[in-house]
Amino acid sequence: MCLAIPGKIVELLDEHRDIAVIDVLGVRRRIDLGLLSDDPPILGDWVLIHVGFAMSKISEVDALDQLRMLTELGEQQSALEEVQGLSGP
Amino acid sequence: MRFVDEFRRPELITRTAEEIRRLADPDHHFRFMEVCGGHTHAIYRFGLMDLLPPNIELVHGPGCPVCVLPMGRIDDGLSIAEDPNVIFAAFGDMMRVPGTHGSPLEYKARGMDVRIVYSPSDALKLARNNPDKHVMFFAIGFETTAPSTALTLMRAKAEGIPNFSVFSNHVTIIPAIRAILDSPDMRIDAFIGPGHVSTVIGCRPYGWIASDAGKPIAVSGFEPLDVLQSIVMLLRQLKGGKAIVENNYKRVVPWEGNRAALKAIGEVFEIRPYFEWRGLGFISQSALRLKDSYAQWDAEKRFAIPGIRVTDPKAAQCGEVLKGVLKPAQCKLFGKECTPEHPIGALMVSSEGSCAAYYSYQLRKAPELVQMT
Repeated sequence: MCLAIPGKIVELLDEHRDIAVIDVLGVRRRIDLGLLSDDPPILGDWVLIHVGFAMSKISEVDALDQLRMLTELGEQQSALEEVQGLSGP
Repeated sequence: MRFVDEFRRPELITRTAEEIRRLADPDHHFRFMEVCGGHTHAIYRFGLMDLLPPNIELVHGPGCPVCVLPMGRIDDGLSIAEDPNVIFAAFGDMMRVPGTHGSPLEYKARGMDVRIVYSPSDALKLARNNPDKHVMFFAIGFETTAPSTALTLMRAKAEGIPNFSVFSNHVTIIPAIRAILDSPDMRIDAFIGPGHVSTVIGCRPYGWIASDAGKPIAVSGFEPLDVLQSIVMLLRQLKGGKAIVENNYKRVVPWEGNRAALKAIGEVFEIRPYFEWRGLGFISQSALRLKDSYAQWDAEKRFAIPGIRVTDPKAAQCGEVLKGVLKPAQCKLFGKECTPEHPIGALMVSSEGSCAAYYSYQLRKAPELVQMT
């Protein structure tokens, strides 16, 4: 559970500034941005997601590297299950 | 053995591995501890030990939250699940961890309402959607996960959700490292520091490991190249007689950590005077409980907790493996009674547990070997 999942922010909700829709390998889910309140991400930013919360912003290059590593680690499937399983705040 | 050209940037991996060989004084046996279970998983998965000279030993640390949780805490949490009004919610990692009378999954099979959630906020959502039930979230994790639990509790309080509580098993990494350094049967030369814990706490809290204990530490990412480069950093420090904290995961870890996340932890949690860790025993000031201002959402205050203490099955040597005194395969049960399909100890459950990681590594390396051990 220490391997964070990178996702791209594809939608920010007007009614709730702490919630974003992210895309991970084509799967879209709502996640919580509350832990990045000091430096909020904008649309198109990549973030590392851990248990449904964005933990840190990362560059697109690093995000793609991280996705590739999850695949190499054999963790891509469980990462996708995790993202699909998120019911969203 | 995995061939280097299977990795991304193979020429860089080869060069880094050569640099490690050049730096590692053949007259010395180096013991480096990777603190985080995510690193243990990556090291076995990529077969990185095969790229290291025989005099560099990687010792697996305590950074697997499922693995360090004593069985008594699982029993305590499951005792709440026996209340027919309670929904027991936990991460998938917890579901197959054995308690005295079975794992959460087995409790579910017996008719108790046990649910897998992927986020603490999903547990809160369960509470919103089931107002006639009480949802108890069985929280585990180091500083990586604690902020998410904290923020979820802050939301529960702000919304005044009455039917939600958290059974906190959150632990903190620094006291565990201290306990390992204080342990007389441990000799560690240097540390590969945790990656994602450090996104929250930053690098400053490791300062004493270098300045007081005199041990080099490199905060590391999870790619093969990250881990190998961290080993180079540690060898260079040792060679130069230095001990400092180096950040080898700058693309994710800010030196100061994540202030908002630390603030959330501080708002909701306080440090317990002591907490029991599997294998390491009682460690003072090593875990987080809810503050009095969150008593209404604290499962330990809302429910009568039996406070069970269970000694691990005698034959299982989880404690020794957790402390790095034994390698997984040296445990009498490894690969026999205890397998990922039928785990006896928690280290065989989580993919971050060194036993499960080593088991699947062996399986990939030589399938017939596992049957033999």
